Amino acid sequence: MINSKTSDKVMKGVFWFSALLIISILFLILGYVFVEGIRVVNLSFISDMPKNNWREGGIYPAIVGTFYLVAVALLFAVPLGVLTAIYLVEFRKEDNLTSIIRISVDSLNAVPSIVFGLFGLSLFFYYLKDFTGGPTIFSGGLTLGFMILPTVIRTAEVALRTVPLSEKLGSYALGATKLQTISRIVIPSSIPGIITGVILGFGRAAGETAPIIFMVALNPTMPEFPYLFSQCNALTTQIYYLTSEAISIERAFGMAFVLISIILISNYSARLINKYLARNIRR
Amino acid sequence: MDDGNEIEIRDLNLWYGDNHALKDVNLDIRKNRITALIGPSGCGKSTFLRCINRMNDLIEGVKIKGEVLLNGENIYKKDVDVVALRKRIGQVFQKPNPFPMSIYDNVAYGPRIHGVGKKELDGVVEKSLKDAALWREVSDRLEGAALDLSGGQQQRLCIARALAIRPDVILFDEPCSALDPISTHKIEDLLQELKKKYTIVIVTHNMQQAARVSDYTGFFLLGEMIEFNRTRVLFENPEMEQTEDYITGRFG
Ligand SMILES: Nc1ncnc2c1ncn2[C@@H]1O[C@H](COP(=O)(O)OP(=O)(O)OP(=O)(O)O)[C@@H](O)[C@H]1O
Ligand SMILES: [Mg+2]
Repeated sequence: MINSKTSDKVMKGVFWFSALLIISILFLILGYVFVEGIRVVNLSFISDMPKNNWREGGIYPAIVGTFYLVAVALLFAVPLGVLTAIYLVEFRKEDNLTSIIRISVDSLNAVPSIVFGLFGLSLFFYYLKDFTGGPTIFSGGLTLGFMILPTVIRTAEVALRTVPLSEKLGSYALGATKLQTISRIVIPSSIPGIITGVILGFGRAAGETAPIIFMVALNPTMPEFPYLFSQCNALTTQIYYLTSEAISIERAFGMAFVLISIILISNYSARLINKYLARNIRR
Repeated sequence: MDDGNEIEIRDLNLWYGDNHALKDVNLDIRKNRITALIGPSGCGKSTFLRCINRMNDLIEGVKIKGEVLLNGENIYKKDVDVVALRKRIGQVFQKPNPFPMSIYDNVAYGPRIHGVGKKELDGVVEKSLKDAALWREVSDRLEGAALDLSGGQQQRLCIARALAIRPDVILFDEPCSALDPISTHKIEDLLQELKKKYTIVIVTHNMQQAARVSDYTGFFLLGEMIEFNRTRVLFENPEMEQTEDYITGRFG
């Protein structure tokens, strides 16, 4: 017989070990990328144009392109996602339509990212080519936007649901309309949660390769006016290209270092913003 | 100074789905008086209160029959503007529910919605907080978070918030049940001040409170209004046996 104290201790050890394992894996990966990447990363690596098919010079166009793509993705997915979440939470009682929307969102979330890539390819590249200009920031950004839509909807939905009914009733009792209650009570209280969703979406959009693999240029390309319909590079696809073509593994690690830094910095600043908002909005 | 009836309820019936929650309720609510509603849990007091400012409209599957006349106008008539109605009938809830914003913004919420201009707003906020007997405690921290206030202060803030839309009637649903005795006492005193300007309906579980603060009392049981009278009469000399059982505590 194992007494409860011993089993407590064993369990504690198991928890401790899994926590340690996770931290080690994280540090191993980050540390490795850091050590490998720091060799090539310096200011000109970030700010210069590439030379000699990305073997020399900087990676500036890939950084810029990534931000453009992610911006388009977020500009599409955040408003649409938040509106959908508001609709689900505030305008529908649970019925068939809500469950259809929910199942669609979950299914969308389960679609492998390469399938988004294929879908984007046929939709934007073939069917809408005249409008999208083919493989452009618009096409790539929108494909990423489709991909992160479920994340945005889900996190916004969770955030909206945590707004207490008592506050909404308080608003209605003062003669507020539904729209006023949503815009003045529900949304402000949900902002921290919505920001979390935006940042998760940002990280995913910036970090995925497959959805945009058919949409970006591999030659150094700076977006030109009109930016939305011009071509671009992206960090992830360049990492893939540099590695698979054995152009330069070192510089691929340099890009990985930059990419991870961008994502970590955005995550961390979002956390700071949330902390600040949480202190000022809801306690 | 009897100004007659502010609200008259006529044959009011309410169903939640199949649950017949209010049955043929008739009641007159007098202007500038405090009307208390008492009765055991689940008898329909809150439901009845929500009929007066049509907050039941927000609940799915509610059916209402009968009339609620506010100064002679049936508020359930087809073309009634619910927003305008709720501007005339404020409500204070059981649990203090300040918005997660500053004290100032809480009080200003209603006036802003109803289009009160920036210039007037300071005055409205100050007056409302004074009328809710909270001004002295918060005048130096209007920009502070409302949720930092104590429970009793929060409830007075909610009263100030309701006063700020300048209603004619204020509905209180067990406003003291989440408060300590001192805060409760303050709110009871406040009610006596407020009734000079407002018509008040208060639901309470606390019979001493009903006896202390109200002018009229209605006793509800299982969705029916069993007895309604001047508070003194109802408590000292109830007509119905059920009322007597309830107020003497012989009732489950
Ligand atoms: N939102 C609702 N949906 C369905 N039924 C409800 C709802 N609110 C109340 N009821 C039902 O209506 C009846 C009256 O409830 P109500 O809340 O009005 O009672 P109450 O007298 O206020 O009780 P308490 O003293 O406990 O607050 C109860 O049977 C209750 O179950
Ligand atoms: Mg109640």
